[in-house]
Amino acid sequence: MSNAIPPAEQSGAEVLLRALKDQGVDVIFGYPGGAVLPIYDALYQQNSIRHILVRQEGGAVHAAEGYARSTGKVGVVLVTSGPGATNTVTGLTDALMDSVPIICLTGQVPTHLIGNDAFQEADTTGITRPCTKHNYLVKDSSQLARIIHEAFHVARSGRPGPVVIDLPKDILINKAPYVAPEEVRHKSYNPRVKADPDRIAEAVDLIAKAKRPLFYCGGGVINSGPRASELLTQFVRMTGFPCTLTLMGLGAFPASDPLFLGMVGMHGTYEANLAMHGCDVMIAVGARFDDRVTGKLSAFSPNSKKIHIDIDPSSINKNVHVNVPIVGDVAHVLEDIIALWKRRNCKPDGKALSEWWAQIDQWRARECLKYRQDDKIIKPQYAIQRLYELTKDRDTYITTEVGQHQMWAAQFYKFEKPNRWMTSGGLGTMGYGLPAAMGVQIAHPDALVIDIAGEASILMNIQELSTIAQYRLPVKAFILNNQYMGMVRQWQELLHGGRYSESYTAALPDFVKLAEAFHCVGLRARTVAELDDVIKEMIETDRPVVADIVVDEKENCFPMIPSGAAHNEMLLGPEDKAAKPTSEEGMVLV
Amino acid sequence: MNDKNIERHTIALLVDNEPGVLARVIGLFSGRGYNIESLTVAETDPYEKLSRITVVTTGTPMVIEQIKAQLDRLVPVHKVSDLTMVGPHVERELALVKVAGTGEKRVESLRIADIFRAKVIDSTIGSFVFEITGSTEKIDAFIKLMEPLGLIEVSRTGVVAIARGDKGL
Ligand SMILES: Cc1ncc(C[n+]2csc(CCOP(=O)(O)OP(=O)(O)O)c2C)c(N)n1
Ligand SMILES: [Mg+2]
Repeated sequence: MSNAIPPAEQSGAEVLLRALKDQGVDVIFGYPGGAVLPIYDALYQQNSIRHILVRQEGGAVHAAEGYARSTGKVGVVLVTSGPGATNTVTGLTDALMDSVPIICLTGQVPTHLIGNDAFQEADTTGITRPCTKHNYLVKDSSQLARIIHEAFHVARSGRPGPVVIDLPKDILINKAPYVAPEEVRHKSYNPRVKADPDRIAEAVDLIAKAKRPLFYCGGGVINSGPRASELLTQFVRMTGFPCTLTLMGLGAFPASDPLFLGMVGMHGTYEANLAMHGCDVMIAVGARFDDRVTGKLSAFSPNSKKIHIDIDPSSINKNVHVNVPIVGDVAHVLEDIIALWKRRNCKPDGKALSEWWAQIDQWRARECLKYRQDDKIIKPQYAIQRLYELTKDRDTYITTEVGQHQMWAAQFYKFEKPNRWMTSGGLGTMGYGLPAAMGVQIAHPDALVIDIAGEASILMNIQELSTIAQYRLPVKAFILNNQYMGMVRQWQELLHGGRYSESYTAALPDFVKLAEAFHCVGLRARTVAELDDVIKEMIETDRPVVADIVVDEKENCFPMIPSGAAHNEMLLGPEDKAAKPTSEEGMVLV
Repeated sequence: MNDKNIERHTIALLVDNEPGVLARVIGLFSGRGYNIESLTVAETDPYEKLSRITVVTTGTPMVIEQIKAQLDRLVPVHKVSDLTMVGPHVERELALVKVAGTGEKRVESLRIADIFRAKVIDSTIGSFVFEITGSTEKIDAFIKLMEPLGLIEVSRTGVVAIARGDKGL
């Protein structure tokens, strides 16, 4: 960075917008207020950046997440001080857990009032410190442009995450100098992308010798960019090894490929979880051995050697000890592994592999996702299957809320490509899906964007229908309406003696009328016979649609590995539950 | 985390001397349930505006690895060095110890201070303030001996540490 301070001609707010523009920002999701009026004034006087007016700041962050996850770009949020800033906390935490690059601009009281309990003052950097990758309070106009550029660098490099920039009002009004992005380099934060060649060689050795191998891949593959998914697909096919994906990784490997075992983890498939348990070499790619995946740690994949590729060194050896840690960006690492694999002319152990596949095929034959659909009440699984069949040939993006419907969507909707599946994995935030879908639709105006929702979750950010209507976004909310907080009900049934404490929502709104009140189209399907027509009408309607799909209230989501249980102790269906009571140890787990 | 051997490690950090950096480090320890035995911080490079933080922490080897990786992830952290792992290093603490008493006890406290090479830096008819530097164990021992002799108050810096030899952090 040059030391000569350029002349300050523009206001801080103008410098901010210029910096955003130079960072490639074309849209921001925001909500105005006193502290950020100078920014809104500057926005009014330009037209390169579009502002989307949400209805609550929490919606802005999820919208930015949807935008970011479906494009690979940084999502930008703008809110006022105090309550505007505190309303972003859930979304920021969500983005931190799921490694989503977000810049959140928060207004702040003028610098001379900070610490005085001024009107709408909150200690935003204090509040958001644990829920951001990094945050800044700009106290000096000369630092404004540098901080913005640095914030973008931090948000999108390494393991991506949310970054807050707290902007006191005087900083926005006072003149500030501009520096271009190229002039800003960070002294200490430059994450490693290329891995240590020795580790690559160790990994290739181990992969070549494997007898019961498994690829276990997660959201890190998607964050690394589309090239990483291509390389992964190429390498998995070269080896002929089975591949499973985490909830966050869906789409990183094509679901239609016979090498795909389905999702792993608490509601993953029987074959994926037993393969995790029984493999001898596990190749973890951009996945973090989350407790939803590992189940009981002491019994997790007891006989495997583990290779772990991750850009975040703190993810390695956090929960599970691994044999070959590889710190680097997934695409770079896979490129190196594939190159060495080819150079050495490696071949997998064909005989061992076909025995392993024979074993896996036996597990597959259990058909763990099977359910029974009669000809009246719609099973939620069936609704997702029909949705998949009727939308798979289109340019479709799926978001979800949190609960059973989310798990059924993960099990039954098949993703062929990355960046098509946006769900709140790490934090499990109800209310994520609708605003996220809104952000996806802004980024992909002509695509079919569907929020697979639960009736309880969607009410947590239902106000965003108003935003959706304002911008004429043809977002579809596909509600699996079971009248229950189904996932809560399921745990109560399995773990708390069927005492359904507060998990039934009495007095639900009429979603069709609700849709209409928000200038959207409301549809409803009550029976199997009505389902396809409603889905088709939803797809054909070039307007926002809320489809209320009345589904079986009592259906549970299986397979399930109860908390504290091992992969080979999974429940395949309702009959299993009595045979395997949950341990006391497991009862305390979430 | 099946490893039950708890180890004590001294970790040195080089960080940007900017507002909030200490809060980030401390917040990481409290938020993730790590232990802090002691923590010292001061600017050590006024030109680059870098501070050095020395943390003494305890945990299983896996937790210690995590602590270092998590610290390294903080944006203003330039360098993390586990002095306990790196090899030979020296650790020192400084303490100010106030002892009040008269007669034989007062004489005894002075005698012990002499043995420990503690300096008297304040004195009244009825009290001393001793300044002592040394390893944590030495300071612990000194304070223990002062207890029956009229120990009033202790102020300690916590550990500062540096690796032996000619290499820098
Ligand atoms: C903000 C928030 N509060 C509470 C929870 C706990 N929780 C997880 S799933 C769930 C029920 C969701 O119900 P619904 O949206 O109807 O989905 P279903 O499980 O019925 O498909 C609840 C309350 C959560 N994940 N997020
Ligand atoms: Mg429900």
